Amino acid sequence: MSEEIQALPQIKKPATFIGKYVFSRDHKIIGLQYFFLALAAALAGTLMSLLIRLRLAWPQERWPLLEMIFPNGFSDGLMKPEFYLAMVTMHGTMMVFMVLSVAPQSAFGNYFLPIQIGAREMVFPRLNMLSFWLTFASFVVLIAALFVAGGAPIGGWTFYPPLSAIASAGPGQGAGADLWLVSIGVFCLAAFLGSINFIVTTLTRRTKGMSLMRMPLTCWGWFTTACISLLAFPVLLVAGLLLFLDRNFGMSFFKPAGLVVTGQVIEGGGGSPLLWQHLFWFFGHPEVYLVIIPVMGVISHVMATFARKPVFGHRAMVTAMLAIGALGFLIWGHHMFVSGMNPRLGLAFSVLTLVIGVPSAVKTFNWLGTLWGARIRFTTPMLFAIGFVSLFVSGGVTGLVLGQMALDMVFHDTYFVTGHFHMVMGVAAVFGIFAATYYWFPKMFGRMMNETMGKLHFWLTFAGVYAIFVPFHLLGIAGHPRRYADTLWFDFLKPLEPLHIFITIAAFVTAAAQLIFAGNFLLSLRKGARAGDNPWEATTLEWTVATPPPMENFAGRLPVVHRGPYEYSTPGAAKDYSMQTESLD
Amino acid sequence: MAEHATHVEGLAHHFVSMEQQKEAGMVGMWIFLLTEIMFFGGLFLAYTIYRTTYPEGFLFGSHLLNVKLGGTNTVVLIVSSLTMAMAVYYSQKGDRKKLLAFLALTLILGLAFLGIKYVEYSTKIHDGLFPAAATWNPPSEGEHAIPVEKQQAVHVFLWIYFLMTGLHAVHMIVGAGILITLIIMAQRGKFTKNYNSPVEISGLYWHFVDIVWIFLFPLLYLTGYHFTPGGH
Repeated sequence: MSEEIQALPQIKKPATFIGKYVFSRDHKIIGLQYFFLALAAALAGTLMSLLIRLRLAWPQERWPLLEMIFPNGFSDGLMKPEFYLAMVTMHGTMMVFMVLSVAPQSAFGNYFLPIQIGAREMVFPRLNMLSFWLTFASFVVLIAALFVAGGAPIGGWTFYPPLSAIASAGPGQGAGADLWLVSIGVFCLAAFLGSINFIVTTLTRRTKGMSLMRMPLTCWGWFTTACISLLAFPVLLVAGLLLFLDRNFGMSFFKPAGLVVTGQVIEGGGGSPLLWQHLFWFFGHPEVYLVIIPVMGVISHVMATFARKPVFGHRAMVTAMLAIGALGFLIWGHHMFVSGMNPRLGLAFSVLTLVIGVPSAVKTFNWLGTLWGARIRFTTPMLFAIGFVSLFVSGGVTGLVLGQMALDMVFHDTYFVTGHFHMVMGVAAVFGIFAATYYWFPKMFGRMMNETMGKLHFWLTFAGVYAIFVPFHLLGIAGHPRRYADTLWFDFLKPLEPLHIFITIAAFVTAAAQLIFAGNFLLSLRKGARAGDNPWEATTLEWTVATPPPMENFAGRLPVVHRGPYEYSTPGAAKDYSMQTESLD
Repeated sequence: MAEHATHVEGLAHHFVSMEQQKEAGMVGMWIFLLTEIMFFGGLFLAYTIYRTTYPEGFLFGSHLLNVKLGGTNTVVLIVSSLTMAMAVYYSQKGDRKKLLAFLALTLILGLAFLGIKYVEYSTKIHDGLFPAAATWNPPSEGEHAIPVEKQQAVHVFLWIYFLMTGLHAVHMIVGAGILITLIIMAQRGKFTKNYNSPVEISGLYWHFVDIVWIFLFPLLYLTGYHFTPGGH
């Protein structure tokens, strides 16, 4: 039986709609706000990727219908190369920042971290609200970049100077690029303010009995990620600030002297474009881990639930997460092997990069160990969790290829790299987001999602992403550079055209499969079977509270924790799971 | 064993106890300061790279700064850290009068720092040394001439100088705002022996801003102190 300590005064409930749902301080509402923001961004980012695919598969095809929607992006029905580049830039930015950095951490983390550690609220509710609204403002500014004169920036999501520092470098490098920088700056601020909340909440608000090692692995993921955000985003903020001053106030941090762009000599100079690469990747590499680590936490959590077994090597999982987080700060140089780097320094970055394979392998083996000999319940969230492990391994092994200087010389800036990161941090993280959505939907909305539609969604998506991204690696091995708008101009790229067409068809089928998810989501919201408090028979605290959880989560009382997070199938126990609040006797 | 929480002055509803609230605030500020270290860290990296690229330009540029005013400001800030520490001490003692006095003294010292900074900035702008495109007009002859071949490097140095000290000054202005808020709160008798965490937390921030200056002063002002332009 659960025992409670400390009856607490009721939180005064906000009376108005605006106080309750718009400027809410309730971590659950804020989590949902982040979630729907990420869904909107994912929709925008996916549509952009489809436009990219159209251009790559049929570069000479005319699309009069699309020209009606984007009059500036097409001429005579042909997609302009700069529109293609703008889509590439915005797709990357949208997905990396607004989807992958938001959904696993800010959305699900905000919703479930306080409940899972037995807290009534995030520690700084107003700061939390501020973080969300800053993120929202950043999203709006980013979208606005599409509609200003010249359109969206075309420099790619990494925004390398000197061309990103000069407004005359191309259409979209003017106002669009400034808005991009403002958007990212605001996003950085929101991200590290949000992470302060996560860290302090985890450190100071755990309920009685919730020792660090009794925290679910999800909480460890969110905590580790918050630490990474905290240290990485301020560096991008300062880099963005310098670039903004370079562009608008005649500064020359990133502009070298004697630069000639489109026939014009650029004034000033004396700066170093390499400094941007260092500052950017000092953020950019930890960024990929702050995407994947909360997902790793979710996957472990979901796997334990449906394998009906404790997570294999719980302590090793925690250590591996922290190790990945720490090592992630020491390997940014592997993005810069061909930028001009002392080979001895490159060797250090290379070795450290390969070392990160060790904790990653520890996690993979422990997931397999968790599945070993289990009576697995193949629910939709479990399928997505297993799919994640598959994608993480497939994408991870090419990371070992790219981490070696000699091979990176060949593969740098080809589709091999694009394929690698789409697998390991793109769709793998998306699978984590799907797993989390299917798993927690009953708790968040009080109804179950449809399993048949869920499984159909899984299998189509799983086959689809492999069909899209395995050919990327083949393109890369054939030497196909990234970001080229036209493949027909180059003899060595012409034979690769059928692959592009295949990828585009696979992309459209996979995107269409997401409509099943959208339909399932909307249908289940209204018509799904009612979920009880604990439909998955899971053990952690979010399943002890009512569905959906009330304001302040625990109805005026705080739970006491007696057990570790994943006590499934304990020998001799009456049922195959023991809630964390059940006392030991 | 339900122990009913009663309403305590200054305790936000979602905390269990005063201790928990104070702990949260202190940990939160320390962690916020970590982000500040990373933020300024990026600037120090830029400083390091350009100082190694343009060692002579940096020596020359450093010589353009007013060491006396910079030194005075260093003393002003260190003393303000002492007065801030005294304010924290008296807030713990619950001595409202002395708390108010030391908060006011800290504020005055902070404003003095900003005043001196204003004098330095306006002299530079007057001399055409503010490196933005519209105002950059370095003297190429006369006593304060900057040789043409050094101008690009000095330009980079002055950007770093204005950016780093400017961001530091923004932090000082925020700090002054915080001090004014604290003074109003103290005036209204908000702080007691049991409730003083806003003073302590603001103190952490103030000391941090102070420490940043302790790094900025030697790196920017003292680099060229022994160096005379023209090599004599």
